[in-house]
Amino acid sequence: MNDITEKIAELDAEGLSLKSVSLWQITWRRLFRRKSAVVGMVILGILAFIALTAQWIAPYDPIQVLIGVEQVKMRQDPCIHLLGCPQDQPQHIMGIDGNVRDEFSRLLYGTRLSLMIGLSTVTSSIFIGTILGALSGYFGHWVDNTIMRVMDVLLAFPSLLLAIVIVTVLGPGLINALIAISIVSIPAYARVVRASVLSVREMDYVSATRAQGGNTFQILFKRILPNALTPLIVQGTLGIATAILDAAALSFLGLGAQPPMPEWGSMLGSERNQVFTAPHLVFYPGLAIMLIVLSFNLLGDGLRDALDPRLAHASG
Amino acid sequence: MIQYIIRRTLSAIPVLFGILLVTFVLARVIPGDPCRAILGEKATKAVCDRFISEHGLDKPLYTQFGVYLNEIAHGDYGRSFRYGMPVTRLLVERLPTTIELSFCALFFSLVVGIPLGVISAVKHNSWVDVSMMVWANIGVSMPVFWLGLMLAYVFSLLLKGTPFWLPPSGRITAGILSPAFYDVWGWTIQGTGLWRGVLEFLGRLYIFNAILTANWKLLGDTLTHLLLPSLALGTIPMALFARMTRSTMLEVLGQDYIRTARAKGLPNSMVILKHAFRNSLLPLVTVIGLSLGGLLGGAVLTETIFGLSGVGRTLYEAITARDYGIVQAFTVVIAIFFVILNLIVDISYAYLDPRIRLD
Repeated sequence: MNDITEKIAELDAEGLSLKSVSLWQITWRRLFRRKSAVVGMVILGILAFIALTAQWIAPYDPIQVLIGVEQVKMRQDPCIHLLGCPQDQPQHIMGIDGNVRDEFSRLLYGTRLSLMIGLSTVTSSIFIGTILGALSGYFGHWVDNTIMRVMDVLLAFPSLLLAIVIVTVLGPGLINALIAISIVSIPAYARVVRASVLSVREMDYVSATRAQGGNTFQILFKRILPNALTPLIVQGTLGIATAILDAAALSFLGLGAQPPMPEWGSMLGSERNQVFTAPHLVFYPGLAIMLIVLSFNLLGDGLRDALDPRLAHASG
Repeated sequence: MIQYIIRRTLSAIPVLFGILLVTFVLARVIPGDPCRAILGEKATKAVCDRFISEHGLDKPLYTQFGVYLNEIAHGDYGRSFRYGMPVTRLLVERLPTTIELSFCALFFSLVVGIPLGVISAVKHNSWVDVSMMVWANIGVSMPVFWLGLMLAYVFSLLLKGTPFWLPPSGRITAGILSPAFYDVWGWTIQGTGLWRGVLEFLGRLYIFNAILTANWKLLGDTLTHLLLPSLALGTIPMALFARMTRSTMLEVLGQDYIRTARAKGLPNSMVILKHAFRNSLLPLVTVIGLSLGGLLGGAVLTETIFGLSGVGRTLYEAITARDYGIVQAFTVVIAIFFVILNLIVDISYAYLDPRIRLD
């Protein structure tokens, strides 16, 4: 009893009254109190803004070749008017790429692709992973054994390597790369869901629903799976970061997005032999990848801390 | 303990079987005609038919899988049509590069990452801690290939002419030879069997070979060439280890027995190293195991960037050249290697924590 009163006092002291505050409100407040998570959300907000408005803020068409349009050379250095580039030259703040296109515009459009890649792969692997994990945890026995052994085999390959091999089978291309990355990340979600299903399967409130005549579908989706939501959110946010990195790596190797698509990994990959002569064409796309991955990592870490009741009083 | 090792090893067998099945199926569903892929586009129907029956490709799939398992069990991993030699020979040639690179990267990440994590935890919330964690967060978010290219740009181009210059590619400088230790010692090896393969494999581990033959010039040259790739490959695991060490150390430092140790007047360094650090090693072992996969995957990218002809780069080139013999064999070998490493990690985990093996 003493523990509970203490806890209430603690929460009250933090301004988190127990009366009318939902889990999500608490999480939200805790999240905003973590500097790193706020930094992550700010970067992500800016990137989302860029992705939504790319067609208006980009100075050039991302796939337009500027030969005959302007006086620019292939792989020309960045030209920024504010930093002393002559006014009579056209401004290209990140320079010109190997196919005489504006690097900055391509980079802005790339934000769209990267966000799309991260969200779509994680959504599809969470969907499949949840179904597999739920079946596995709920039915147990041979269903569990079969599904989890298959997951074990998938986990036995280094993930990037398995993705590379799957893309080889499917053929290079962005969609196939996304399929490969989704397949590779299924086991992580299946395991998370299975673990939470196992932890509540035998609980009294589940038995109560069963006694009331609830069918399997109801029990699984209304009573059991909501418990898996918080670990899935954390795993998913961190998973977006990994998915973006892996997709960029596949595109870098020429197995993912194909030119002239303004995908950061493929932009970097096609100019990698020019790193000594035109470093800006390698530097900026990589920096962009790092920023987006960083923002999802920071947000994921923040969510984990905010959603973990064990850490509630330790880190606030 | 022995019981646990046996149990854990046996449980790896279905996984190994699964790996073989997956790679077998993947190699069969790869688009394209295996006969034309190997004999060339101009192969006639008659030649192709003979090729297919010779290689048993007209038999039912389960028979083919049986034949494949039998071949693997006898150490026959197929041939590469591009290099015209058995894949095992290629492995003897290329695997040492990858092993050397991965171990150097792992060594670097452990030696730098763990102390950083410990310092961060001890100086919790100080500026040292905050700045280290900022860097660790950036470290885990960097694409390996970008870091590699940027390191090459800085150390091979910008620092050219200074003592900090480092070579951007290759394993050793052209002109420097690495005479294998068995030749230096005047061993004569007959045949082309397993023994010879093992010796050649060891001889191609340049660091190991250089130390055995006391060839310090070669050792120095190999290490300078390995520095940039290991730095690139090791940065992500390093950041991971630093973060993990920090969080487990913080957890342990809050325990009662640490307070007890302090209360009985033990020196601070003793408390941190003996009482806190040793207990936070356990979760670290798991993270090391988990990061090995990333290391092997990252090796493909690092080797491509730094022009190292290791397993990763060979695999990548084989994929672009559609040399399926190599793709199938190398995937199997890397996956098996990965399973064995994880087995070792699990066993050492059980060794460190008796609760696991008694479960």
